Amino acid sequence: MVVLLYNVRYKSKEVKQMRLCELTAHELRNMLRKKEISAREILDDTCCQIESMEGRINAYITLTKEKAYEDAERVDKAIRKGEELPDLAGIPMAIKDNICTHDVATTCASKMLEDYIPPYSAEVYERLLRAGSVMLGKTNMDEFAMGSSTENSYMKITSNPWDTDKVPGGSSGGSAAAVAAGEACFALGSDTGGSIRQPAALCGVVGMKPTYGRVSRYGLVAFASSLDQVGPITKDVEDCALVMNCIAGHDPKDSTSLNVPAEDYRSALVNNIKGFKIGIPSEYFGKGIDSRVRDIVLEQVKVLEELGAHVEEMSLPHSRYALPVYHLIASAEASSNLSRFDGIRYGYRGAENDDLESLYIMNRSRGFGTEVKRRILLGTYVLSSGYYEEYYMKALKVRTLIKRDFTRAFEKYDVLIAPSVPAAAFNIGEKFKDPLSMYMSDICTVPVNIAGNTAISVPCGKLGGMPIGMQIIGKPMGEKRIIQAAFTLEKNTSFKGLAR
Amino acid sequence: MRYESVIGLEVHAELLTKTKMFCSCSNKFGGEVNTRCCPVCLGLPGALPVLNAKAVEYAVKVGLATNSQISRFSRMDRKNYFYPDLPKGYQISQYGLPLCSGGYLEVEAEDGMRKVRIKRIHIEEDAGKLIHADTEAGYSLVDYNRAGVPLVEIVSEPDIRTPEEAGLYLQKLKSILEYLEVSDCRMQEGSLRCDANLSVRIAGSTVLGTKTEIKNMNSIKAMEKALEYEFKRQTELIDNGGKVLQETRRWDASKGITVAMRSKELAHDYRYFPEPDIVPVVLDMNRIEKIKGEVPELPYEKEQRFINEHGLPAYDASVLTSSKSLGEFFEKCLREYDNPKTVSNWVMGELLRILKNRGLEPENISFPASYLAELLKLVEDSTISITAAKQVFESMFDSGKEPRVIIREMGLEQISNEAAISEIVRKVISENGKSVEDYKAGKGKALRYLVGQAMKASEGRGNPQVINRLIREMINKK
Amino acid sequence: MGKGVIKKEVEYVSALARLEFSEVEKEEYASALVNMLEYVKLLNELDVEGVEAAYHVMPVMNVMREDVEKPSMGREMVLDNGPDTQDGCFKVPKVIE
Repeated sequence: MVVLLYNVRYKSKEVKQMRLCELTAHELRNMLRKKEISAREILDDTCCQIESMEGRINAYITLTKEKAYEDAERVDKAIRKGEELPDLAGIPMAIKDNICTHDVATTCASKMLEDYIPPYSAEVYERLLRAGSVMLGKTNMDEFAMGSSTENSYMKITSNPWDTDKVPGGSSGGSAAAVAAGEACFALGSDTGGSIRQPAALCGVVGMKPTYGRVSRYGLVAFASSLDQVGPITKDVEDCALVMNCIAGHDPKDSTSLNVPAEDYRSALVNNIKGFKIGIPSEYFGKGIDSRVRDIVLEQVKVLEELGAHVEEMSLPHSRYALPVYHLIASAEASSNLSRFDGIRYGYRGAENDDLESLYIMNRSRGFGTEVKRRILLGTYVLSSGYYEEYYMKALKVRTLIKRDFTRAFEKYDVLIAPSVPAAAFNIGEKFKDPLSMYMSDICTVPVNIAGNTAISVPCGKLGGMPIGMQIIGKPMGEKRIIQAAFTLEKNTSFKGLAR
Repeated sequence: MRYESVIGLEVHAELLTKTKMFCSCSNKFGGEVNTRCCPVCLGLPGALPVLNAKAVEYAVKVGLATNSQISRFSRMDRKNYFYPDLPKGYQISQYGLPLCSGGYLEVEAEDGMRKVRIKRIHIEEDAGKLIHADTEAGYSLVDYNRAGVPLVEIVSEPDIRTPEEAGLYLQKLKSILEYLEVSDCRMQEGSLRCDANLSVRIAGSTVLGTKTEIKNMNSIKAMEKALEYEFKRQTELIDNGGKVLQETRRWDASKGITVAMRSKELAHDYRYFPEPDIVPVVLDMNRIEKIKGEVPELPYEKEQRFINEHGLPAYDASVLTSSKSLGEFFEKCLREYDNPKTVSNWVMGELLRILKNRGLEPENISFPASYLAELLKLVEDSTISITAAKQVFESMFDSGKEPRVIIREMGLEQISNEAAISEIVRKVISENGKSVEDYKAGKGKALRYLVGQAMKASEGRGNPQVINRLIREMINKK
Repeated sequence: MGKGVIKKEVEYVSALARLEFSEVEKEEYASALVNMLEYVKLLNELDVEGVEAAYHVMPVMNVMREDVEKPSMGREMVLDNGPDTQDGCFKVPKVIE
């Protein structure tokens, strides 16, 4: 296959020769509108990239190239007819495999759902289709989104495009790796305790967890209902705003969806941080955080300070309780959410069994992987009679305290800045046998889910050749603020996102 | 020793909403198996529930009609357990904060009014249906049409003392639900279900005995029988030195006994917790007042009004208000024929008799109440006899035609014309000389016989009063 | 928590969750559970007396839908993912009531 190179004005300065699969959505969008390229050409080059990379990266569980070509053809037809193009027309995307896609297998990377083909689509997926985006396939993840390395997948192990011996992070590891490797222009992930931001940071791309309720959860296979949010993983901040414009907004099918007016996130793409009050929560820079990560993040904070932001150290005193609270709440909800997988209406079914109880036990014991079963046990335990108050109730109360920390902080600050990850990507297999140390990978991200706030992870440097991310946290519905801060950082640093 | 039973009832009623509790699938009874399902009520991965506002409103109405407190703040909870008819592996119900609580109903017990307190009223979703096609087969089939149908559960305190009181309580509750038009309350079809808790103790004691839970009672009568049986079983058990086990028992109507259900090996540990997919329900005073305004006149209110306004005996009032349609029929009829006691007699007598014979409910009456009013007017002005009117009334159930039309078709107009009747009377007198002599000799019976003969000769259409008078006149003239 | 106790607990909750483990697995899951329960003890440092529980993280209330019917899915679609179906229904081992 011939690889075509295009002249692109990169970051409005230098002109570079680049492949289409390396370009951002907003760049492709402009070129399509100027008729410099076709949707088919974008797709060709991205498929070519998948062919050359996928053998090493293993980002996808299912590829839907055929359908993608049909969709791209439809976009090209619209271009030929001179029709007005929707926002993401012809832009190739990847969807995490826990987001339901009508007629396309949605496995949650579990043996339980290996053959499951949903008869309906998630709201986010439908919105992206309406926006003209072209789906390339469904990405690998930790089984039912439980994990931080994508190693808990029943299907395959995904590699970090920066170093294939390393994990891409998780649970949306397939989505982050696909974007970082140019195997998709952008992707959707889901974030329950950091599952978008953490892999985005480890793969050197941008990932956003929207405010709880900002993006519909309808059709996202639930892990922990009160913490889950769908969000974009993109090559840069502008793309993040572009995708958010398409997926955010009220959905009457999700009772927890916020019924507030839509916002134009692109209007926040302003390279200016003058007067911003930035809080630096000291708890996120101490114990458990690699000091080199801390230094890199603080160095970038200095860039923002030099651009006119007011930076101040502050405290979120209950931060250290976030991880235990998270595990109690998430496991409790998960134990109930995963009860529907009994192998009767759908899902893995073991051999013929003439006893109902044995059938349940066989289907569930064989259909779920180790980590999933660990969490179901913990969740069942903390909800069971006699322990509810001691564990679950207590966690809900501490959740109030953690939320209060954030509420107070945002009375004073526009955004808070912390690392997205405590360390750079670790080796595949390194933490697999030690759940607790794996859980620690989420300490920077978990508190935001507990409070329901929004946060974005943007690449902010490298450690030993591996990318790390800065996390910019906003108040509920504060997406525009953090996009502006992230955009300013991106425009004023030399760090170039993608793995080459 | 004299024992008394301590009974509490848990009543489930399917709500008459158009759609299910959490999705927009039809909430009609029946339908081809698995055709009223969607991702939400099938519990497909990723699907989310959205509460039906009507279901909440209906449950609040039930609360208001049963003197309950309406919670300003309530929420849904998950009740976790595995069963093939339960698609999500949990039932969305209410545990900690139900919609209503602290209500009561009064029923007429043997020893005066009995106040049965209502502990709580909450909403929850129904489960699907298991079909055991073939008793020999080693499998069951699952139909999810009923999964997600909205239910209201009404839990009484153990304030009921006899099976009859339980029957009265259930009857009263049922008629309230019907009056509110929130449930069609068909026990046979399962749209109204009742489970009972029963324990026994020495009469007058305040300690509670060990209770059993009784299920599968498909009518009020069945429930009374089941409770009678269970009371007898428990007392005999205790008298013989045995102990009542806390268990769930199933009423076997064909054998007339309760049977212990196979107890599950696992303890019931439902792991209730607040449903994170549904936000709290907050009802402010305005909203509650608005719903209150929509609560129609309730059976016990209507009963009182029938006594006061229409001067009916208490018995009549209670029968006429036992069904909403019956009460409405009565009052509509009254609007055009203002003689409450006569109308009441007809409704309670002829109407209920015909309905019972034909296995019909008051809702099934096929003609307007104004037809009965018209019929009664025709009786009053002697157009037809009472006997004929009864014939016409029965015929209205078949044809649904107006009484005048039926009377004409059947030729039932009463003959009051003296000339026509004189003709008949003359003939009867001439043909029954013996009876005429008897009458003259002072035998009253003979007159009745002669009137009967004349009625017969007129094919029942002669006005009996006129006949009576003419016979006497003619014999005396002789 | 003693080892014997926790193993019993694992047996109890795995029965509730309809999961089954070999003896070796049981040990592993028990130790993972113990580790987590130890870890979450961190919360005992806090006095939460009088603190309200955060059931929902956003102040959203009264989200309800109008009682308006929409078409259902169609039986074929309903049964499509069913591992074992018969006569338009999902088939399960006999349920004794």
